[in-house]
Amino acid sequence: MSERTDLYGLLAEFDAPEKVVAAAQRAYAEGYRQMDAYTPFPVEGLAEAIGFHRTRLPMIVLLGGLFGGALGYALLYYAEVIDYPLIVGGKPFHSWPAFIPIVFETTIFFAALSAVLGMLALNGLPMPYHPVFNVPRFALASRDRFFLLIEARDPKFDREATRRFLEALGADGVWEVEP
Amino acid sequence: MMKLETLPRRAVSVGLAGLSLALIAAFGDPEHFWPSYLFAHLFWLGLSIGSAAVVMLHHLTGGRWGFAIRRVLEAGARTIPLMAVLFVPIFFGLSHLYEWTHAEVVAADEVLRHKSRYLNVPFFSLRAVLYFVVWIALAHLVTKWSYGQDRTGDPRLSQRIRTLAGPGLVLYGGTITFAAVDWVMSLEPHWYSTIYGIKFILGQVLTAFAAAILLAAWLSRTRPLSEIATSDAFHDLGNLLLAFVMLWAYVTFSQFLIIWSGNLPEEIPWYLRRTQGRWEVVAGLMVVFHFLIPFLLLLSRAVKRNVRTLAALSGMILIMRVVDLYWIIMPAFEERGIGLHWSNAAAFFGIGGLWFALWAREAARHELIPVHDLGGLGERASHG
Repeated sequence: MSERTDLYGLLAEFDAPEKVVAAAQRAYAEGYRQMDAYTPFPVEGLAEAIGFHRTRLPMIVLLGGLFGGALGYALLYYAEVIDYPLIVGGKPFHSWPAFIPIVFETTIFFAALSAVLGMLALNGLPMPYHPVFNVPRFALASRDRFFLLIEARDPKFDREATRRFLEALGADGVWEVEP
Repeated sequence: MMKLETLPRRAVSVGLAGLSLALIAAFGDPEHFWPSYLFAHLFWLGLSIGSAAVVMLHHLTGGRWGFAIRRVLEAGARTIPLMAVLFVPIFFGLSHLYEWTHAEVVAADEVLRHKSRYLNVPFFSLRAVLYFVVWIALAHLVTKWSYGQDRTGDPRLSQRIRTLAGPGLVLYGGTITFAAVDWVMSLEPHWYSTIYGIKFILGQVLTAFAAAILLAAWLSRTRPLSEIATSDAFHDLGNLLLAFVMLWAYVTFSQFLIIWSGNLPEEIPWYLRRTQGRWEVVAGLMVVFHFLIPFLLLLSRAVKRNVRTLAALSGMILIMRVVDLYWIIMPAFEERGIGLHWSNAAAFFGIGGLWFALWAREAARHELIPVHDLGGLGERASHG
């Protein structure tokens, strides 16, 4: 509809976690999809309410862990069997029980690393600029206010209709977000 | 579907039938009977004191996970006096079980001579009595106060249990470490492992946890347990089950790695006895069914939130707990030509039947949820 380039979206302010969850559910039911919510603490059910159901992070962590384990085992096998075979305690060169602690450590290390890096890759942090900070009251998102953002690129977005919709949801205020 | 009220009568008949068969073995074939009886007793005793330990752990830490299994575990802890009575026969079988009870063996063996100040029948018996006194006292007080709270609703009782739970867990850790050394490690008196106590503690806690999930899943098909034993509760219990499976694997592997690396003549025979012939298959089964499969399945959120899959997995872990204990105890007798025998099953179901009869009687006598001590769950339940 009337998509204006001078607007990033509309930000609605709520004073309680249940209200922002209810508002997000209503907005989702209304057909809005390009949404985001900002709260001072994790609110149960909010991610599902804005339509965020699955994250690929567990799969990334699993693959990272498997890679780390394989890498650790390959490193040990290369060192102990191929590059520098050394008899220790009369054991065979390929003594897998002795490999387990190190393979365990590299598995955990790469799983943790892929968790952090995967999280940053998926959520786009660090992000030096984000339009929501143009709204002065957004600072309260880290204190005691709960915000729901509907982006202007949402096909259903309309400057006036969406504003009326958000106000009807019981928002304490609706702010226009400069891009 | 079987009911809690009819369970005692059926379990008693299984128990008495099993113990009658075991009694025939006791007189006809004592060399096979005594290892069977020791193994069976230690499995069910582990379930009893493991239950008491998890109850104390929950009182100490709090948390939503414990309320759904609290009463199941408390009924388990109330079976410790029965296990004390059933321990009495073992005093008559010591000479069949422990080589250090034979004076001529000890006299000919320098290591055993040095150990005889600790490993002798009077001191062994005194210690056994002491362990049971400690366990019975702890289990009795913790359950008495908790049941009493159902009648009075006095919140000070929760505080009192919490005060006891800290020192109680320390006492449990100490006594079970010594008991494991006395009753199991001394079956092979030359061998020693310093991680043995924690291995038994984790084995017992894991046994109690798996059994409690299984029983709570059964009881939560009806009210009142269905109100608090929700998928959220089973999700938490599944996470803790995963943690205990991993801890068990961690200490079990630690003991193996150290002894395998050292390869010393007084340590390695313990593993040689347990990884040769058929025992190698048993050891392999444990790696797969006691660790790999539960570990991988319990990573899944869906498995933990589904009561049926979590209960099935707990049942498998419980079976593997029996296998693990069998694998620890029985190879010690193999040199004397004692292997798999029908008295293993007779003693196991004999003691188990009586255990379940008493457990069901205790569980049926009290509320299945601690009505006045539910943390945040009580509010949620009363507000709908």
